[in-house]
Amino acid sequence: MEIILAITIGMLYSAGIYLLLRRSVTKLILGIILLSNATNLLVFISGGLTTGNPPFIPVNEELPPSGIADPLPQALVLTALVIGLGIIAYTMVLKYKYHDETGNEDFDNAKETDR
Amino acid sequence: MTGLPILIPFLAMIFLAVSGTRIILQKIIAVATSLVLLVVAVFILIRVDQEGIMVMYAGGWKAPIGISLVIDSFSALLLVATAIVGFCMSIYAVKGLDEKRHQTKYYLFFFGMIMGINGAFITGDIFNMYVWFEVMLMASFILMVLGNEREQLEGGLKYMTISLLGSLLFLAGIGILYGHAGTLNLAHLSMKFREIDLPPAMNIALALLMTAFAIKSAAFPFFFWLPSSYHTPPPAVSALFAGLLTKVGIYAMVRIVTLFFDAYDQFWHGLLLVISGFTMVVGAVAAFSQTDIRRVLSFSIISQMGYLIMGLGFFTPLGIAAAIYFMLHNILVKTNLFLVAGIVGRTEGSYNLGAMGGWYQKFPGITLLYFLSAMALAGFPPLSGFFGKFLLAKAGLESQHELITGISIFTALITVAYMFKIWNGVFWKQTQDIKWEGRERPEFSMVFPSTFLTVLILYLGLGAGPVFDILQKTAGQLLDPSGYIGSVLEYENTL
Repeated sequence: MEIILAITIGMLYSAGIYLLLRRSVTKLILGIILLSNATNLLVFISGGLTTGNPPFIPVNEELPPSGIADPLPQALVLTALVIGLGIIAYTMVLKYKYHDETGNEDFDNAKETDR
Repeated sequence: MTGLPILIPFLAMIFLAVSGTRIILQKIIAVATSLVLLVVAVFILIRVDQEGIMVMYAGGWKAPIGISLVIDSFSALLLVATAIVGFCMSIYAVKGLDEKRHQTKYYLFFFGMIMGINGAFITGDIFNMYVWFEVMLMASFILMVLGNEREQLEGGLKYMTISLLGSLLFLAGIGILYGHAGTLNLAHLSMKFREIDLPPAMNIALALLMTAFAIKSAAFPFFFWLPSSYHTPPPAVSALFAGLLTKVGIYAMVRIVTLFFDAYDQFWHGLLLVISGFTMVVGAVAAFSQTDIRRVLSFSIISQMGYLIMGLGFFTPLGIAAAIYFMLHNILVKTNLFLVAGIVGRTEGSYNLGAMGGWYQKFPGITLLYFLSAMALAGFPPLSGFFGKFLLAKAGLESQHELITGISIFTALITVAYMFKIWNGVFWKQTQDIKWEGRERPEFSMVFPSTFLTVLILYLGLGAGPVFDILQKTAGQLLDPSGYIGSVLEYENTL
């Protein structure tokens, strides 16, 4: 299972970087979405995967049984997902505003601030 | 007490959010809050200096389980510097920012950014640091494009993309770090790095983290976002960015290097020195070639970042102390230079060096403010830049890094050259045909923050001795992390 996810992460990263390097602003945003999802998956599986053992403590017991999945990466991914959602929302608004103001979708024409 | 630097801006944000469109009320809240923040920060610095590292466990969960907030004297010094910049900028923005941007709640995001920066400085947990970085970035993204001008949107798009890439690398590094070390607490991680042989994958995690911090601190070769975005927002925003944003990246870099890296790790320290050399020279040469004041100053930020990384790369007590001194000096001087540039640009209506002049005759006071800051940046004694560069050069020669020390002195000469370029263009050049009638004159509330900063810069230079005593203690604390680890994990100093 880890190997499949690892390959998926690699593909997401390469696709994300490819889209980031395109000239279109929309594709740039799609690239950011792919990269942020790839990173979330990476955080999720970096500690190894445990199947069929959710991190719950049974009723009337103080400690969880051994061999449960590590709940911390799940919490981290949850936090990162929420942050990612906010950021994607912001990029979309920025793109909309930018397009509204300049009518431009091509990064080759976005050289004004580099002069 | 430990949580106050985060709590105060947060409360201010709540009040600002419900204040509606009452701009006068917002201005009063903002100035009062930043003053309180400054007092609290100074109080924290004194307490940390007397009683040692302050630790707080969020939610009562002891380290390494919960998130701990830690203030050692390095954090405390930077909290004070941030509070000073925040105080000056909140006063400057009262008159220095247009009504439209106040209507869209400049101060709300201003305090959002201050909260993020303070949080990043005092957290003792690496994932929590990522969260504070994001808080800071989100606020800075919005400040960058506040007002929706064409240039701002374009600069904002570039700034956002590179910053997000940096954040994602940071997060990926944290993931790998946790996967192999099993903890996120900085002190606990540091202990594991010292005690256990960790797998080679940890080097990937460290490389990802260092790349992320290099992007945030605009180090070579990741600096292109800075000069293409920092000159687009109004001076009330760009001075805040120039003073603080890149320094958070350096702070994180210093924390990681001193806590995680082996003191004899030749590879990383050598790499830091190489990066610092390129950062210094490329930034300075590019600064000299620009004709827009704010772009000269933006490239100059990059160049100055090189000095900080160089001090870290030496990794001697003197080198680290000198780097922290340079960092404090740089925060104050860079903010002040952007403020003066803002005052000039507001009156002139342009930032192009070719189109202005005669400020020495018309406004000798503002000329003096620029002169002192520019000379401090260029490193003339007895101003603060001189001591910073002198101590860095001394640390470099003592640790036998002659080449990079030579490069840093050569860069100082280019710094003098580009600071005089602005001096000649704006202040010294004699002009007959400029009409001063009908232009806005600098307001008192815009000149006051700059004067306040200039006084502090003078103190930092003339009182370098006492300041440096505190910094040497700070450097000692950083280079021997057992004190940090001991106070967070509540162990005796046994390491």
